[in-house]
Amino acid sequence: MSVQPNAPAGAEPTHFAFDAESEQQIAVILAKYPPERKASGVLPLLYVVQKQMGRQTGSAWIPRVAMDVVAARLEMAPIRVYEVATFYLMFNTKPIGRYHLQVCTTTSCWLRGSDDVTAACKAATGIRAFGETSADGLFTLTEVECLGACANAPILQVDDDYYEDLDGPRTLELIEALKRGERPTPGPTIDRLNSAPAGGRKVLVDDAAHKPQGQE
Amino acid sequence: MLQDKDRIFTNLYGQNDWTLAGARARGDWDGTADILARGRDAIINEMKASGLRGRGGAGFPTGVKWSFMPKKNDGRPHYLVINGDESEPGTCKDREILRHDPHKLVESALIASFAMGAHAAYIYIRGEFYNEAMHLQHAIDEAYAAGLIGKNACGSGWDFDFYIHRGAGAYICGEETALLESLEGKKGQPRMKPPFPAAMGLYGCPTTVNNVESIAVSATILRRGAAWFSGLGRPNNAGTKLMAISGHVNTPCVFEEELGVPMKELIEKHGGGVRGGWDNLLAVIPGGCSVPMLPRDVCDTVLMDYDSLRAEGSGLGTGCMIVMDKSTDIIAAIARFSKFFKHESCGQCTPCREGTGWMMRIMDRMVQGRAEIEEIDMLEQVTRQVEGHTICALGDAAAWPIQGLIRRFRPVMEERIHAYKAAHGGTRPAQVPAGLVEAAE
Repeated sequence: MSVQPNAPAGAEPTHFAFDAESEQQIAVILAKYPPERKASGVLPLLYVVQKQMGRQTGSAWIPRVAMDVVAARLEMAPIRVYEVATFYLMFNTKPIGRYHLQVCTTTSCWLRGSDDVTAACKAATGIRAFGETSADGLFTLTEVECLGACANAPILQVDDDYYEDLDGPRTLELIEALKRGERPTPGPTIDRLNSAPAGGRKVLVDDAAHKPQGQE
Repeated sequence: MLQDKDRIFTNLYGQNDWTLAGARARGDWDGTADILARGRDAIINEMKASGLRGRGGAGFPTGVKWSFMPKKNDGRPHYLVINGDESEPGTCKDREILRHDPHKLVESALIASFAMGAHAAYIYIRGEFYNEAMHLQHAIDEAYAAGLIGKNACGSGWDFDFYIHRGAGAYICGEETALLESLEGKKGQPRMKPPFPAAMGLYGCPTTVNNVESIAVSATILRRGAAWFSGLGRPNNAGTKLMAISGHVNTPCVFEEELGVPMKELIEKHGGGVRGGWDNLLAVIPGGCSVPMLPRDVCDTVLMDYDSLRAEGSGLGTGCMIVMDKSTDIIAAIARFSKFFKHESCGQCTPCREGTGWMMRIMDRMVQGRAEIEEIDMLEQVTRQVEGHTICALGDAAAWPIQGLIRRFRPVMEERIHAYKAAHGGTRPAQVPAGLVEAAE
């Protein structure tokens, strides 16, 4: 099993409160669950915290004081929120860089060169090991398990976006673009339509031939 | 091989409009109210007759699963929960449904919920699929606005709400009871069964958990008829299936194909062949990392379906193949899975929490060859002591790839050990790195 680390001393803010944008999102979230089952909102609310921290401080993470705010809002014991926040890998329990580089190194990506992607991430950011943040505070590099896009391996997930079919040089280009403040279009970085074979579709080629189902 | 006219997911690659207008043009939401008007029993019987087996890996008949829901309501609400926590290494099929054919899922969720007496369905989507969840949310919003779901869905008189719940990076939440725990706002730790979810699931209410693909195909099956679907594939392995090929092929991709087609044909046609030709093939993991791998001679002839793969000591799993050519360090490839399972164990059962760590550490030594020959048997024994001794199947899933490796590639492991001993000169036990022993002496 794996457990998320604690934030280093001094990183904790003294105060956290939801802003107006977050409050709007929370209203939508809590409407999804029966009123007596508010605890179901804990994962979505932790995401709301993480996004708000990203907006406000440039580092999308979840401080302890915010977990307490979530616990109070959902009428949960704070410990129940702490254990959830540290169980799930996508919640950052310590500050991270502006961009979160998440390299998949599981077998499908490894077979197609995730080692090159990792090496390029390190070379472009100066990061030496997974879990570190670059000196300029721009990038945090994390090793993640299978991202579920294996037909487009290897994958680098930057925040919420998948960059697919990468190799070393294209990973370098991507990170340089991020440094310039650009946000390249997510998806395959080679000439390819989503998860269709490179070089063109082998099925579903003649779209005109598709009659609505059941109406042949 | 499947013809385009028999494909269910006609926008698999996102080559056309995935929103409501495009979905309607492809035949979705056509006569949905008529399907609902057939009634619960008729829908469930049709699903049983279609022979559809669960597409998430276990292969349990979907119609039968639906029939486990209580027929009479005892006052507790019923729930449909859709498992979109696709995290099994090698597996990348449900993603295409979520982002390119979301309306098939929404329509089918309505029908399935109606057939189970559920007025609400939740879909649990893995947290990393952020953009995919946004597509599905857009489709849900469109369906509400068009009166297709919500109060009096499609004018059928049935009220139906559909909600997305995003996970946050835990493979174990793909296990159905861990998923329910997570949806209730807890750590994703599997529950003991019984009680089964059909009796006590989400919030203690009757619940059915189905894979995204199992649900998404049901509207099309009901529209075109059980006979059409069961006419595809092989007996007891009916219909079409989303599959994927990753790893050492020329064109990795996702595709929909009939069950029971030879694996070699699929790899040649869709995957563009093995890198360096078929003779360069080492092994294939046929359905996500928890099913044992197949060496090349089996791959020459085996059919891709539940029963054929089971007969070879493997399984269809999710139908997403990982292809490895002869350049692959097969021990390292499997050791990476051991690391994966060690990372993803929820920590609840001792054999899994500790066993996955042991297996990972022994496998790491096997990669170097820093082990004794007898330890191969010891490793096998450890896998047997984890397998079947845990609440959920993660322990089994962690054990099987290693068992497959030992069964199929034992000589490679022995050779690695001999090579390490030869290189480090000596007959003394090799578990301790050579440098440390010398320092101690």
